[in-house]
This record gives sequence, C-alpha cells and structure tokens, in this order.
Amino acid sequence: MSDWKFMVRQLAKNPLSMAGIIIIFIFVIIAIFAPLIAPTPEGHRDPYMIPRDGYSATPTLPSEEHIFGTTEGQYDIFYGVIWGTRSAFHVGLVVIGIVLSVGLVLGSLAGYFGGVIDEIIMRLTDIFLAFPALILAMAIVAALGPSLRSVMIALTVVSWPSYARLIRGDILQVREEDYIEASRGIGASNFRVIMRHVLPNAIYPTLVMASLDIGAVVLAAAALSFLGLGAPEGYADWGQLTSFARNWIVGPTGDPLKYWFAVTIPGLFILFFVLGWNLLGDAFRDILDPRLARR
Amino acid sequence: MNILMDIRKLKKHFPIVGGILRRPVGAVKAVDGVSLTIKQGQWLGLVGESGCGKTTLAKTAVRLLKPTSGHIYFDVPDEAKAEIEELESLGRNNSKLNFLLKENDLAIFPGNRVRLFRRRAQLVHQDPFTSLNPRMKIKNIVAEPLTVHRVLSGQARETAVEELLSTVGLSAGQLNRYPHQFSGGQRQRIAIARALATKPEFITFDEPTSALDVSVQAQILNLLKELKSEFGLTYLYITHELLIAESVCDYIAVMYLGKVVEMGKPEEIFHSPRHPYSSSLIAATPVPDPKRRVGRIVLPGEVPSPANPPPGCTFHPRCSRASQECSELEPALELVGDDHYVACFHPL
Amino acid sequence: MENIIRIRDLAVRFHTYEGVVHAIDDLDLDIRQGETLGIVGETGSGKTMTALAILRLIPYPGRIESGSIAFFDRDLHSEIELLKLSEDNMRSIRGNKISMVFQEPGAALNPVYTIGDQISEVFLLHRRRLLGKRANEQVDRLLRDGDGFAAGIKRPFWRWQRRLYNKIAQESNPFEPRFLSHVPLFRRLLWRLKNESELLTVDMLKDVEIPDAARVAVHYPHELSGGMKQRAVIAMALACSPELLIADEPTTSLDVTIQAQMLELFRRIKVEKGASVLFITHNLGVASEVCDRVAVMYAGRVCEVTSVEELFLNPSHPYTKALLDAVPMPGKDLQTIPGQLADPLNPPAGCRFHPRCPSATQVCQQEKAKLKEIGKDHMVACHLF
Repeated sequence: MSDWKFMVRQLAKNPLSMAGIIIIFIFVIIAIFAPLIAPTPEGHRDPYMIPRDGYSATPTLPSEEHIFGTTEGQYDIFYGVIWGTRSAFHVGLVVIGIVLSVGLVLGSLAGYFGGVIDEIIMRLTDIFLAFPALILAMAIVAALGPSLRSVMIALTVVSWPSYARLIRGDILQVREEDYIEASRGIGASNFRVIMRHVLPNAIYPTLVMASLDIGAVVLAAAALSFLGLGAPEGYADWGQLTSFARNWIVGPTGDPLKYWFAVTIPGLFILFFVLGWNLLGDAFRDILDPRLARR
Repeated sequence: MNILMDIRKLKKHFPIVGGILRRPVGAVKAVDGVSLTIKQGQWLGLVGESGCGKTTLAKTAVRLLKPTSGHIYFDVPDEAKAEIEELESLGRNNSKLNFLLKENDLAIFPGNRVRLFRRRAQLVHQDPFTSLNPRMKIKNIVAEPLTVHRVLSGQARETAVEELLSTVGLSAGQLNRYPHQFSGGQRQRIAIARALATKPEFITFDEPTSALDVSVQAQILNLLKELKSEFGLTYLYITHELLIAESVCDYIAVMYLGKVVEMGKPEEIFHSPRHPYSSSLIAATPVPDPKRRVGRIVLPGEVPSPANPPPGCTFHPRCSRASQECSELEPALELVGDDHYVACFHPL
Repeated sequence: MENIIRIRDLAVRFHTYEGVVHAIDDLDLDIRQGETLGIVGETGSGKTMTALAILRLIPYPGRIESGSIAFFDRDLHSEIELLKLSEDNMRSIRGNKISMVFQEPGAALNPVYTIGDQISEVFLLHRRRLLGKRANEQVDRLLRDGDGFAAGIKRPFWRWQRRLYNKIAQESNPFEPRFLSHVPLFRRLLWRLKNESELLTVDMLKDVEIPDAARVAVHYPHELSGGMKQRAVIAMALACSPELLIADEPTTSLDVTIQAQMLELFRRIKVEKGASVLFITHNLGVASEVCDRVAVMYAGRVCEVTSVEELFLNPSHPYTKALLDAVPMPGKDLQTIPGQLADPLNPPAGCRFHPRCPSATQVCQQEKAKLKEIGKDHMVACHLF
C-alpha cells in the first residue's frame, strides 16, 4: 500500500525521527538480551535484584569486573542499568497500556454520547486533575507501600484523565463529520460507529501523546524511586540506582567528580530512553499530521 | 402510482439554550410545518437557498433527526392514514390511535424499526470529500450496509460490491483503494454505490453535485437517471440550483424559511411561477445566455434567521406585493392549477 | 485597446512527492484596460493559479518556472515586469494596485478583528499620504477656528500635529512620526490617522451597499451573513482604488439571490470605478452576466478567448461546446463529456483535451495547439482551425 510506503519514507527523511527509532531499537535489544549481556551470577535467586559485591558504602570505580563500577552498597551498576531497561519498559508499557485503555473507553463514552454521561465523566476527571500529579502519586505510593507495583498504580491513576479528555475532544470533532452521519444513515449501531468509524479517525493524537508519555512515565517512576517511594532496595531500576548515588554526586574535596559514574550512568540511560520516545512521538506526529493535511 | 413517502405537517425545531440553567429560550424553526407527498417512481426536487430548511427536512424525513412534531408515513396504506386522521380530528387520545401511530408513523418509530426502514431508504450526502471514511477501503465502505444489515457475507458480499461499483461506472480493480485516491466525481459514485447496496426503494440526495465540476455533474445526473429507470427508484433530490431541478425532476417544491411556498411541475414553475419568491429565484439564476441579464428583479435584503422568522407570511418583508394581511396571517398551500400549489395571498 | 496585464508563456509547476504537476502551461493572456475578463474552467484548469501567479502568491511547492507577466501602471505610465520585482515592491502592489477577492469570505476575514479595523488597515498601509493630508486639513481647521481658553492650551499640540501630518502627507513614512508612534504617550498625537481611515472605511462600506455602514463597521465577521462578509471583502479590495481587481469565484459560496445582488454590484463597480476585473468562475451563467470577454481554460492551457456574446453564440473549441452542452437547462438533454478531467500528474500529450474530443485527429495527439485568431477578436487553440 502506497500509504505505508509514504509513511516510511517520511520517517526516513527526518534524521531526528530516525535517531528516535534507532535509540528505542537499541533499548529493545538490550531489554531482550539482558540475560546475555549481563548474566545473573550463579545462585542468585531473583535476576531483578542487583548482585552485591560486598557491603561497603563507598562506590568503587569502574574496573574489569564491574564495567561501570559499583554504587553505594556495592551494587553493580552495569547489571543494574541493563536489567533496569526491562523494568523501564515494564513500567512504561503497562502504565501507558492501562491508561490508554481506560482513557479511551471513558473518553469515547463521554465524547460520543454527550449529555449526562459526558458531565459525569468530566467531573470525575476534574477531581483527579485537581491534585498535583506527582504529589498525588507520592501519596498513593506511600499509602500502598513502596514497591514497583504501587508506583505503576499511582502513575496510572494520575495519568488517565488527560487521555480521556484528549480523546473526548477529538471525538467531539470527528462526531460531526459527514461519514459518521452516513454510517448512522445506513443503520449502523452506535457501537459499530464508534469502533469502526469514530475511533480510527480520532485516535491519532492520542497515540502520539501516548508515545511521548512513555518517556514521561519512566521519568516519573525514576523520580519516585529516587525519593525512596519506588522499587525495593537493590531492585534493578534506574531510579533506584540514582537514589543510591544521592550521597555521592559530589566526591571528596579535591576530586569532586570521583564518583561521577554512580549518578551519571543511570541518568544517561534515563535521558536517552526518554529522548528516544520523545523523538518517536514527534516523528509520529509529523507523519500523521501532514498526511491528514494532505488528504 | 401509490404514494411512497407522505410527510404531514412536519416540524423540526432546534432549541436555543441560554442562561446559567440552560433553559430553552427560543428555537431555530428549521422546518416549520411541511406537508409533501412523494409518489412511487417520482423524482421530487426540493429547491431553496441556504437556511430554508431543505437539508433539515431531508434528514428528518429519513429519521437522521428526530422530528419535533408531525407524521412521516413510508409506504403506509391509505386506509391506515385515513383512520389516523379521523381519530386525531376527534381529539381523543386513545390507545387505538397510539397503536396505529406506533405501527405506521416513522416519526416515532423505535430504533429497531428505524433500522428496518434504513434498508429501504438511503441518503447520499452533499460533500463527497467528507462523506466517506478516509481510513476505510472503498470495498468496505460500499459493503458496510450489507454488513450492518447482515444481508450477505463472504464471497457473495464481495461479488455484490464489485457489481455495485460497476453499476456506477467504477472498475472493480480499485476495491482496495482509499477515498483520497479518487476524484470528487468518483467519490460521489462510491457514495451512490453504497446507497444502492441494500437495494432500497427510496433515495434522498442532499445537493449531490454542488461540490463537483460542471462536466462531472452532468455525468452524475445521467447516472442517476439510468439508475432510477433500471431499478425503479424514487428520489428526493435537494438542490439550490433551479436549473438542475428543472432539467431532471418530475415535480418541484420550493422552500423558504422552513415552509413550502410553491409546488408544481417543472415547466409550470419555470415558465409561470406563481409565488413572488419563486419568480425572484428564477430571475436571479444566471443562465449562459448573454442576451439575458439577471435581476431587474433583484431581491432586496437578506434571508431572515430561522430563529426569528417574520410573523405572518415569512416572505413578506422582502416581497414587493406584500399587504397588511401578509404580515399577520400565514398563507396555506392552495391549488392554483394542474397539480400546482402556492402559499400566497397575492400570487402572480 | 491598451492592456493592463500581459501574460506570455507562463508556466507554473508544482514539484510534489508524487511527481510534477503542470498547473499552468504556456499561458498567453491579455487583460485590457477597463474590461472584465472572465476565466472559466473546471478543477485543475489552472484558473486560480493564474490569479495567484499575477500576485506572486503561488503556494509551496509550486513555482513560477518561466514566462512574463507585464503590468501597465496607469499612474506611473510604465510597464512593470511583475515576476522580476522584489518582494517589497510586490507588497506595495498587492492590495494597492492589484487586489484580490477570494472565494470564501469567512476565510478571508480575520475573526478577531472587526470589519472596520480590517478595512482601515488597508488605508493605513497604502494610503498614508492621503490620511496625512486629510488629518492635516482637520488640524488646520482647528487652528483657524479654535477659540477660547481650552483651544489656547491645545494649540501647541495642534501645531505639532500639523507638522507631523504634513510630513506624512508628503512622504508616507518619515522618521519623526514613525519614531513617535513607538513612544507610549506621544503616540496619541497621531490618532487622527486612524480616525480618518475609519471615516474612509465607512464610506467604502457604503459604496458596496452595506446598509447601516457605521454600525456594521464595528461588527466582527462572525456576526455578518455570507453576503455581507463578501461585500466587506470587496470593500477591502477596492479601498485603494486598484487598477486591477481579481475575483476568484466570489459568488460560488453565496445563495442565488445574494449572488444576483453581488453580480449587480460588480457591474456597478465596473462602471463607476473603471477598474479592470479578472473574474474567475466555473459557472458559465455567471460569466455571461458580468464579463466582457471570456477565456476558457482546460488543464492549464487556454482553449478559447473571445467576447462573451461570441463565446455563447459561436463556441468553436470542442471543449467550450461540450461545456455549454453539459450545463443543465430546462427542456434540454444533458450531454456529458466522455472520460475524465486530465490527470494533473500525467496529462495527455499534445492537446490536453484530445482523449475526450469528438473531433480529435492524429496531429492532436502529438502537438499542442497554439492560439490562433479565427475571427474578430476570437482566438482558439485547436488543430481544427
């Protein structure tokens, strides 16, 4: 189909979007092949817990044994960031997946049917949006007890209202199009009209926002972990690793950058992950918008 | 010929809400008491300018909008209609009347009966550039009525789609394309093919050629003529171009501000219009004939808003023949010739 | 008859992803002083592009590839090659000497400014000297007749204003007023420019037959009906008494009765203002109402150019004939033109119309026809002649 070819060509033309695709692709490879890249040592039960090489609080510099060095508590940074990729994808995709589904369903109902349903759902989103996002997330995690699952629940609760509103707005616009009326004129049921006609045309801005948000969600999860409200101690999570480096951001006087690797390496992983998804989201927006405008 | 579509005193008002409590403070009287009959096999043209309510009337007649009041009888025998009228005039609100209305009056049909009606009546939209889902392949667009009504499936459906496309003059090799790959005229043909899918008896056309070029318009009009004679269809054709209506329709109704002001055969309306508005409309229509200059009778002023129609005859503020009576009373449609009706106190 | 616009060998091409679109190909066209020339054509004929090419407003990815458009300026008594002008000079012609009315009045008007503001803007942009002169006269009168204590205090300010306005009247944007217009309090000294432009605006609105012009001038576009909006747009276009008015399907989006009023307005403008008009339409009936001469275009080329009577009485090009036959008239069968409009990406070789032409011959498939004179002021591009 010439449409897909056109989309791929557009993607290829834009160097930034190619960069985004390559970055995410690299991360996917890392996540898939994590056991090969950073093998779990023998006898270690949970691969997601970072192996410790001693109990000293001071990070050790990178060496042959620990390629990226170790952080406070002698957790191996290399292992941490490689397996942390898996956690990042886990958190990002699960949260966005749930948020997208919930937001789509509620937003579609509100947008398509209007009236009382619209009012109720919108007031619901208003309630959730009244709280500052990160604060509410912290409160939820604190109430549920710090763990990666609470982080995911908290972020889900905090993110879904924006999606519902976004899809509702787009549906309000698509609803007025002639072909929707034509479908109703044929006798299609409301369900069919929504699934087959309204959503496929209204969903693109939401998908763009979703891809941008994966990065944002991972960043928020890292922030929560940094504050100690995330994964349990020793879990392979980028935020966790930066949290360990909290006391070692500035080294001893005379050599302030001595322990740079402790905070910078996990930080760089977070940065590139979020950057990759942002570029991808921008790329989607670019190929979808001019296509829509062209037609 | 028996009457296929019988519209009686149809009204469609859109409420205007205002104030904090969102109370209805007024209404846009888009269709304000229209009575029309369309006989089987007839090509009825509904002519008027923007704001006259012709599109609203068409959409209400096929129940895309719910009427505010009035009756729509689709293929209902005369006896039933007569009985309903009798019971209504007696003024008693009894259960027999309600039963008859529920059975026959399209205006109050519940969802499932409307769905059955949709197999027999279809609507073709004005703008072929927006009436087809841009993300659906045309074979799915044309097959949709068959899918929705569960008429055919699988291979039989595909064959039917190919046949429909060839009926409207498109080749079958384009089944897998998207609407944006077609021209305006071709898209309108696809819309017509979709309308024909369930073999309806009655098709409403909402200005189907106004977005198309002159040569393409001619092709579509000829196609409509062929389809009508081949399948024995009945058309309700809305247009603002009087010339098209005169050229192809069997019967014409002229609308102004929600009411029908004149009805008659095309030759009569064109050569001897009796309503001042119709005659201004004809005089204002440009014709490619340099000897004929438009508008010695240039109609002054603008069309009033349907939210605030003038009292009495809605045309009287712009009418050169208006009298005191015209600003107080509403004229009713009266017979003035062979199947020729006019709603005017001072017809031409 | 002198020409006001002379187009020769114009070619406009669009370089799109899917290929090169020849929007206009080898166009030769003359617009004469004081005449209303109609361009009639269907989608893809290039009629809108011709108008945009004259004003150098062709949108990306289109480009004027070759040709010349000569504009004969009545005031300067000189011939200007529009395609070679700098953008600054072109800007002083747009809206001033050549102005355009577009199809959708709603789209041509900025929804956040009042009608009056938008028309005044034209005066403030192009007619500063006139405004300066009028403001000058106002202040002069005040200085002469002013009496009493209040007048005495204001006098020095009036004298300052008079000096400023005098400068503007002589040279449209001199330094002192331009500088002052950026200084917060002293900006007030120049208020009369706006005032005069508003007076001229109301005059202009009255000219285009808008009832209650002073009240309408403070309305926003969304408060007006389609016909009124189009009149306002025409007022904007006529504000500077242009020498050429280009109207791109100005009545297509209007109702028939309003269209009749508009056509009457165009006829009146032609007579009163003596402007030349380039009237683009797809409706042959409308063309026969307002135009003196008509050019029929197909697929980027002109097929036939002649006076309006001659075109309808004696159409010579097969496309013109077919187009007239396809117009629905009561009591006449609709003749369709076989085939479809020429594909802009892949137009037929030779004469663009030959695949659909009933009288096409061998030479039509190979060579394109040039415009030939076949009668008095009657040019046709067809191998049959």
